[in-house]
Amino acid sequence: MSIVIDQTLCKACGACEKVCPGSLISQHEDGTAYIRYPKDCWGCSSCIKECHFGAIALYLGADIGGMGSRMQVQSKGDELYWNLTRRDGSREQIIINKKESNKY
Amino acid sequence: MQTGDTQTNRVHIQEKKLLHTDVLIIGGGTAGCYAALTLREHSDCSIVIAEKANIRRSGCLAAGVNAINAYIVDGQKPEDYVNYAKRDADSIVREDLLLTMSEGLNRVTEKMEQLGLVILKDENGRYVARGNRNIKINGENMKPLLAQAVGALPDVTVLNRVNITDYIVTDNTIHGAYGFSIEEPIAYEIRAKKVLCATGGAAGLYRPNNPGFSRHKMWYPPFNTGAGYAMGIQSGAEMTTFEMRFIALRCKDTIAPTGTIAQGVGAKQVNARGEVYETHYGLTTSERVYGTVMENLQGRGPCYLRTEGITPAQDESLKKAYLNMAPSQTLKWLESGKAPSEQNVEIEGTEPYIVGGHTASGYWVDTNRETTIHGLYAAGDVAGGCPQKYVTGAMVEGEIAAEHIASRLAQEDLQQLYAADEQAERQALDHKVAEYERYLNRTQQLFTAEELEEAMQKVMDNYAGGISTHYQFNEKQLALADEKIRQLIDLAEGLGASDMHELMFIYELKERLIVCLSVIAHLGARKETRWHSFAENLDHPDKSDEWLRYVNSKMEDGRLKIIYRDLVGREEHYEHRD
Repeated sequence: MSIVIDQTLCKACGACEKVCPGSLISQHEDGTAYIRYPKDCWGCSSCIKECHFGAIALYLGADIGGMGSRMQVQSKGDELYWNLTRRDGSREQIIINKKESNKY
Repeated sequence: MQTGDTQTNRVHIQEKKLLHTDVLIIGGGTAGCYAALTLREHSDCSIVIAEKANIRRSGCLAAGVNAINAYIVDGQKPEDYVNYAKRDADSIVREDLLLTMSEGLNRVTEKMEQLGLVILKDENGRYVARGNRNIKINGENMKPLLAQAVGALPDVTVLNRVNITDYIVTDNTIHGAYGFSIEEPIAYEIRAKKVLCATGGAAGLYRPNNPGFSRHKMWYPPFNTGAGYAMGIQSGAEMTTFEMRFIALRCKDTIAPTGTIAQGVGAKQVNARGEVYETHYGLTTSERVYGTVMENLQGRGPCYLRTEGITPAQDESLKKAYLNMAPSQTLKWLESGKAPSEQNVEIEGTEPYIVGGHTASGYWVDTNRETTIHGLYAAGDVAGGCPQKYVTGAMVEGEIAAEHIASRLAQEDLQQLYAADEQAERQALDHKVAEYERYLNRTQQLFTAEELEEAMQKVMDNYAGGISTHYQFNEKQLALADEKIRQLIDLAEGLGASDMHELMFIYELKERLIVCLSVIAHLGARKETRWHSFAENLDHPDKSDEWLRYVNSKMEDGRLKIIYRDLVGREEHYEHRD
């Protein structure tokens, strides 16, 4: 389980570094973020929700069946937009209204 | 830190901070944050929260939670919840703790709604129930809501990224704790009149389901490493029921929850032949795990939750529900191109955890949640005797402890009781810093903390009932586990750290090893099998009424002493007497 941080999109704001419940993210000297301990990631996605620039994505390790897709989330108003990009470039989106409770 | 010489860029403690506060809360998770809110309602005492990460998303609620799992729905009473938890744990519970917890569940839920939690309501404005004990919410942001409320409180100091390593205890009375920043070279001594331990339970004792790259893709937060248990054990606090391990039944690989599928769409547990097997083994939490283990052993695996044939609308609701608590499961469904309606969800048991919010392991507390160390309280996963407390129960425990702390502080003659001797306090901190520096100074090490952690997990897996032995063990194996864990404790003293973060890894390993010894001792002390899988003792495969009692333990002169105690009923207000 881990995340990948796109250095070209990272704006060095430090939000992800601050929120990680495992304190696993560090910042390079220029402030851009990187995951210092990739094997220690729980997959909670806190950092992904915190990033306003879409720079962080969640992926599944190959040892748990991962096939190279990446998932990101962006918050806009009351909605969370979860975006999946598969290895072949195809995409899928799920929108969640934060004001709506789970059905189950 | 790499093996060998790492002389370059070493970090040393640069600053020693001595703080004084009325109340120290160790761990800013669910229970700790709720305790701070309650304390501020009842007292103007000063509060310090020491949190290993950052309270915004730390602890069990980092990813969110799908439902309120402990709630007294219309038509049910707190006593019904006590009965349910007692049945699930086959009677080894503290009914006084369960009842006082159950009585507060709806109160804290209402408070969470005031803080902004979205709870599903019917047309009459009543919460919508999921079964007999749950209500439906959107709990993705529950922890940020709590953290925000704590952040708005006056005179509460939150120390983020501070790892607490030891209590300060003299004459069985707590005076505070020591710790260090994991970011800056700062050591802390935090002197407090009362201390609440809310560090959570212990993950990472056993070899996990995914021991490779995804080793932390586990049920419980991998960052909850049993610090609270270990500090209590080493300070001579009495602990209870560490033999009732928790093993979760989970979606394979992603280790995502199964309850949402089972309860949400009514999916049954089926084996590879499609036969429903859950009814053959029973429906308690441990029996659901045991049944899955047995079906696999008898050649009828893999096992699944039968989701094939659910509607497209149910598919969508499941995907959304998992995004709000375990996004990796939705990622798996999307990535594979197979929705749950098209493919049953494979399930497996996790490695065992010690966690007082689900089973009954933890501090032996009185009804006010005070431990056997005066002035030290415990709430949430670290507090024993009160299983099935979940998120809301952890909050109630934080509330009960906080109310008692506030009333004690108001009654006591604080000037006289807590006169500070700053010189002695400074000396004590110097002594603790010398211990931290021993690890920071070490330039040669044969093993790393990571390697010793792996060794510990293998020992527990092979000899103390892990996944590879189908959660079963016998006394010979436990003796070997004890011997090997002691060797690792010795080896851990030779570890070195090149920065403060690595110093935390060393202390996390050390606390896990201490907890392992207690788990091994407890597993051996209950000479019966009351809970399949959770404590499957092959030397004593049956259950006996003789064992309707608690197995407790206490460290005395460096040795764990086992104490057996009679069951406590719900009518009792339990106080520590001996």
